[in-house]
Amino acid sequence: MTILYNGTYPGLLSAIFESYRIKARPTRIVPEADWRGSLFEEPLVVATRSDWAERVRAGVVKKTSKKGERMLYRCLLSEQPDVEMLIYDFVRQSMKSKTNWADNYLDDTVLRLQQIDKKMGREIHRMHAFVRFQQTRDDIYYAVIEPDFDVLPLIIDHFEKRYPAQTWLIYDSRRHYGMFYDQQRTEAITFAEKDHLNLRQISASILEEGETDYQEAWQKYFTSTNIPERKNMKLHLQHVPRRYWKYLVEK
Amino acid sequence: MNQKTQEKLEILADAAKYDVSCSSSGSKRKNTRTGLGNSTGSGICHTYTEDGRCVSLLKILLTNFCIYDCAYCVSRSSNDIKRAAFTVDEVVDLTINFYRRNYIEGLFLSSGIFKNADYTMERLVRIAKKLRLEHQFNGYIHLKAIPGASEELLDEAGLYADRLSVNIEIPSEMSLKKVAPEKNYKDVLEPMGYLKTRIKGYKEERKQIKKAPLFAPAGQSTQLVVGATPENDLKVLQLADSLYQQQSLKRVYYSGYIPIPTDNRLPVLKAPPLVRENRLYQADWLLRFYGFKVDEIVSEAFPELDLEMDPKMAYALRHPALFPVDVNKADYEMILRIPGVGVKSAQKIIQARRFGQLRFEHLKKIGVVLKRARYFLVCADKDFLHLGWDPDTIRSQILHADPKNRKAAQLSLF
Repeated sequence: MTILYNGTYPGLLSAIFESYRIKARPTRIVPEADWRGSLFEEPLVVATRSDWAERVRAGVVKKTSKKGERMLYRCLLSEQPDVEMLIYDFVRQSMKSKTNWADNYLDDTVLRLQQIDKKMGREIHRMHAFVRFQQTRDDIYYAVIEPDFDVLPLIIDHFEKRYPAQTWLIYDSRRHYGMFYDQQRTEAITFAEKDHLNLRQISASILEEGETDYQEAWQKYFTSTNIPERKNMKLHLQHVPRRYWKYLVEK
Repeated sequence: MNQKTQEKLEILADAAKYDVSCSSSGSKRKNTRTGLGNSTGSGICHTYTEDGRCVSLLKILLTNFCIYDCAYCVSRSSNDIKRAAFTVDEVVDLTINFYRRNYIEGLFLSSGIFKNADYTMERLVRIAKKLRLEHQFNGYIHLKAIPGASEELLDEAGLYADRLSVNIEIPSEMSLKKVAPEKNYKDVLEPMGYLKTRIKGYKEERKQIKKAPLFAPAGQSTQLVVGATPENDLKVLQLADSLYQQQSLKRVYYSGYIPIPTDNRLPVLKAPPLVRENRLYQADWLLRFYGFKVDEIVSEAFPELDLEMDPKMAYALRHPALFPVDVNKADYEMILRIPGVGVKSAQKIIQARRFGQLRFEHLKKIGVVLKRARYFLVCADKDFLHLGWDPDTIRSQILHADPKNRKAAQLSLF
């Protein structure tokens, strides 16, 4: 049986709840938007219900830990194919297990989820590091990112705490949405298609006057703080892979 | 910002780069609603230079004018280099604006000594104070504690900085006297000891009163230059260990000496001793996270670290009787001693074996480096082993498996 859900985390948890309720094991759980139809089966569409989602969420927290539950959310945002079934399988095993199933590194599902979670963690950490804000004339600190996974929802907390008195916008140009913080709260925003191209590369005309000076100063600092006698490009590339260079002022 | 400031930045970043301390970790400083920045415990490396070193803090000298003439230092008074000095406002402005753009975690501020210790320290403190009080800056600040500065200034520094450091630089007093005649160990250890008691005092106070101020919450660090003077690894690691034990330092940094050919008090090296530096860091990790004692890593019989392999591997080969370790039965401490098993893998092994017997495939997926570990452990797959436990055989096997060594061996045939 194939279950369709709305692509969100509460949606997936609702789908898992429903599979328990009707006592049917899914063979696939797919976001509705990705479903291409099939001649041979009629999928079950499960609507998102926050009370169902909450019951599954609380159950996982109780059976594993807050961290275990958080891992599932992070893994879903990895956009890996079939990650839904891994999560489903994990929830099922957790409910049956007396000990914290997340510790069971003998289990293939746990190992795969842990590996995905590790990749997510790495990407989150890189975004904490590699976001580069540019100050615009209307005093918005603006950054464009293109992360490997959909980590934007997982990084805003860090930036809210760090820059509470600064208006900022971080835009994911691969997934076409951004997070805008107005010194009160953060909201997801999208741009019209025609604006999208302009936003990848901010033109100098909308930048605050001193902006390019600070960028230049940072580039100079980056060069001066290097020790040529110790040059080690392999290590350099390992830490700053080329695909991230596009948005780094110093590269 | 004018062109002048950018030029100063180039000079004073270049002069500060030989201080290898980079970390922005170990502090917990919360932000306020209207403030700028925070530190969360684990640091962030915002970029890496082409030498592969992390850039976390804006690391600069306030000035590279210096009254001292220490042979190992580029800023020594006899060296013919461009000199510059930042104003307090320049440093504050750069820090704030780099931080707002998410280039850095904070400021690392050191300085050449101009006029005297107090005069220099007072300026460093003034910058930190301005950042904290006028700009509500809650990012990371690492300040140098200048040897000879007054206790009042050190007290003030601790109130604004996350980490303080005094560099020992030369790993024995005898060598220090040779290369830096104006310096001695007492001057360096005194502020370190003073700060240690202050840090401890404030920590105690915070246990009682939550609102008590933070005092250098990320503790102290220092740096040892290796390869400039004749101290062996035993000497260096004993010194480091005593600094961890007695001065409660958070970090000791090792800096492979980069030759400055113009000063004849120091040896001429072809290249900085990077492998040795790397081995020292590995040994340092064994001391801090793996429960090793110094004399298990180096001793009078083996005073130098093996450059061909990591110190844990070298330890295992010197103690064949302790291996192989059964990962399904051994305790955590012993599992940590298996080469190729890190802290995280060891913890996962302990957790996973409650669910069943571990086999090689599990170990591999957990993250154990089997290339090294397989010679030193047994698991539920019994029939894997062909080599026996002869240390010499294992050593040559491991060295041969490393592609770097294979290439060298082939070349030497011609």
